[in-house]
Amino acid sequence: MIKDHKFLDAKASFCLDIAKKLGATEASVTIGHGVSETVNFRNKKLDESNRSDDLAFSIDTYIGKKKSSISSSNLLDDNLKNLIEKCFETTKNTPEDEFNSLPDKNLLAKNIKNLNLFDETHVKNEKKIIYLKELEDTASEDKKIINTESSFTENKSNYLLANSDGFCGSFKKSSFSASCVTVAKDDKSMERDYEYSSKRFFSEIKDPKVLGKLASHQTIRKLGPDKIGSEKLSIIFDKRIAKNILNAFAGAISSSAIARGTSFLKDKINKQVFSDRINIVDKPDIIKGLGSRNFDAEGVKSETLNLVEQGILKNYLIDTYNGKKLNLKSNGRAGGTTNLYLENGKVNFEELLKSNSKCVYVTETIGHGSNLVTGDYSVGATGFLVEDGEFKYPVSEITIAGNFKDMFKNIFLANDLDFEYSTNSPTMMIEGMTVAGK
Amino acid sequence: MSMSNFFDKSDLVRKDAENIVSDTLKNCDDGELYLEDSKSESIVLDDNKIKSSNYSSDLGFGFRAVSEEVVAYSYSNEISKDSLKSSAENLQSTLKSIKGTYNNEIPKSNKKFYNDINPIEQKTLNSKLEVLNKVNDYLRKKDGAVKQVTANFLGEHKSIEIIRSGGEAITDIRPLIRFNVSVMLEKNGRKESGVYGIGGRQSYDDYLKNDNWKSVCEEAFRIASVNLESKPAPAGEMKVVLGPGWPAILIHEAIGHGLEGDFNRKKTSAFHNLMGQKVASEGVTIVDDGTIDNRRGSLTIDDEGTPTERTVLIENGILKNFMQDRLNARLMNTRSTGSGRRENYRHVILPRMRNTMMLSGKQTQDEMIKSVDKGIFAVSFGGGQVDITSGKFVFNCTEAYEIVNGKIGSPIKGATLIGDGPSILKEVSMVGNDMKMDPGIGTCGKAGQGVPVGVAQPSILIDKMTVGGTKL
Repeated sequence: MIKDHKFLDAKASFCLDIAKKLGATEASVTIGHGVSETVNFRNKKLDESNRSDDLAFSIDTYIGKKKSSISSSNLLDDNLKNLIEKCFETTKNTPEDEFNSLPDKNLLAKNIKNLNLFDETHVKNEKKIIYLKELEDTASEDKKIINTESSFTENKSNYLLANSDGFCGSFKKSSFSASCVTVAKDDKSMERDYEYSSKRFFSEIKDPKVLGKLASHQTIRKLGPDKIGSEKLSIIFDKRIAKNILNAFAGAISSSAIARGTSFLKDKINKQVFSDRINIVDKPDIIKGLGSRNFDAEGVKSETLNLVEQGILKNYLIDTYNGKKLNLKSNGRAGGTTNLYLENGKVNFEELLKSNSKCVYVTETIGHGSNLVTGDYSVGATGFLVEDGEFKYPVSEITIAGNFKDMFKNIFLANDLDFEYSTNSPTMMIEGMTVAGK
Repeated sequence: MSMSNFFDKSDLVRKDAENIVSDTLKNCDDGELYLEDSKSESIVLDDNKIKSSNYSSDLGFGFRAVSEEVVAYSYSNEISKDSLKSSAENLQSTLKSIKGTYNNEIPKSNKKFYNDINPIEQKTLNSKLEVLNKVNDYLRKKDGAVKQVTANFLGEHKSIEIIRSGGEAITDIRPLIRFNVSVMLEKNGRKESGVYGIGGRQSYDDYLKNDNWKSVCEEAFRIASVNLESKPAPAGEMKVVLGPGWPAILIHEAIGHGLEGDFNRKKTSAFHNLMGQKVASEGVTIVDDGTIDNRRGSLTIDDEGTPTERTVLIENGILKNFMQDRLNARLMNTRSTGSGRRENYRHVILPRMRNTMMLSGKQTQDEMIKSVDKGIFAVSFGGGQVDITSGKFVFNCTEAYEIVNGKIGSPIKGATLIGDGPSILKEVSMVGNDMKMDPGIGTCGKAGQGVPVGVAQPSILIDKMTVGGTKL
């Protein structure tokens, strides 16, 4: 069982009291507890079971504008006391930073909405095993599938944040995730692909047969890939990859990158960054949303932000420290975005595929090829060659490259947005990227 | 006893813990209770200020039971008799009605590859802050183009104990430090950054004596300056010369992961049926070595208690060994190579790399450059990744130059290089005589677990690789 609010609250008050008695002028504490249970299957047999029981504590202590932090997994009272004393000593010896402070009191979350993020359901390991059996049976129906690995995880957590300004907020969250990785083989090649489903509520997770079928289909169609020549082409990003482009954008508008001057989007506020077709929203109050929250990592209320309107950058993602540096108010984004998405485009998926006579449909990228200082982007990719809207053959061992500044202006979107992840994009086409192959 | 924290401050008595372990594992093939007490610190200077000073203390256990191919694992950081008991029950519920014989054999060795020091406590906070401030001043005074400086210290002190069925206990104390400098330059409206760092299993002072921090600053600054002059990278297949040292992450990604025991037992590695066969050009020898003194990837024992070793993976082009933990070794009828590792007590054991090195050959870097009409010379990389099954791997250049008619030309922008693991080593046509270790900065990720690793290689010439630039 996960620890209840009362337990977390008592620990947090204990810690804040110690910090105050020592002479800290301000302090902020988090206490968390998470229990997670996983069962893994491989080739239709039980492979691994895994249970985790995780306590976590962290504290920031301030003496005026001096600040330092400590974290630990050991919540015994005498350990907490020792660590807070150590933290306080370190704070004394740390230089002042004029921007250090707790969040402005009037920005703290007050009305805590019920976002319905917790499902009481407990899926026993026996039940996980039944799900995984059905999943792997379906995934391995085709003889070309030579290996399956799948996994079911149930996660429950409770988290509390309290500070010396009287803020105290907590939330309970659950998640249920199932995944399936399959390996397919023919005489020419061996390929791997996957499918997964993650939801806050057990009843909403994908049917095991559907998940298995998708994983197997997506792997088999990759068999026998070719390399293609090097040329400028339009790239269509599958939804599971398109969201990564959106996450790179989020990284570039984080207030820390902007304040440090290390983002290619610095000084671009109220300027055209995308084409006027594009709207980007970060919405924290989606019921059962994977990225939903009432307040951020500092207790500041998170409200819906229109980050990009008709291609114009409207907001950065701001926390307290970097906000003060930039002379802006926190907008509740300490710890990043919530449910971030690109609004739908005007055409459907088929129309998007047909909009160029030749393009590459990318289903996977590898490598860490995003440079947020310069905007340069270059990653390895696998996918399919698409001609006149039809999938012709699988493609691998190519790279795709461009610069985000140009790429963002050449984005076209389909109208197939759904909310499978915390960051979501419709299928995305970017014109004029460089493909390197043969 | 290093693990006093476990048994002093809770109701868990060592004898009880031993009994629970022996009871739970009696019909298992293998398994252990792993105890870990780790302390870490991170001090960051950024944007002219000490940005953060964090200290973390973590205490927890991981309990593992292995039967045939099945692993049951449970961890907790609530140290109590009840907590250990409920972990034991969880393992037993997964492994019902099993009949195995516990394997008591663990090889022993007296060798140690680093000292029992606590690098965090060896140096005062103030002296660390002083170095970080000196770094900032030094770089900003050096050149007006310096617009941003980040420097940080990371220190770790980890004590582990492995309690096996029957009460056998094996311990290790592992220090680890890292010092990193990152600098951003801006000139004529262009911004570029450079990063350099050093580290290993020694004290901060071993790395920072004689104002050594200055050379770290110089290197980060040099890389950023080179990149300010860089032009778009070419796109397409061409010859690639790799410099010595850190570029060996190519070996790590392209070959190393594919030679880890688990992927080969499961037959998902492109190498699984190539043992004893030629997988590389003649003259290519690759080893994975956990026994080099004070290196970041070195370990006295692995996380199952097996002493580490120098494992020959490829000898003169022929595939000789995979890297094994106890589970995969048993299932493949071989022995553990001391490669069983975990990030911490929260994670299961996996076979992992330690210090992966390609050994020196006979040619010089000059000969390689001179032999190339059109290609690139890659000196440093950011990071890499591999798809084990298809064998395709990538890595990102952070310092590279074009080669035109046997001469090094202009620097080129960061580009991704992509290749095919099983075939890339057959494309190696020259192996240099200048093997170098990396500076001690590598972290390898696998299945969500990061572990410190090292790499080394001489300069090498690869006849054909795809360069992912933008210039056609």
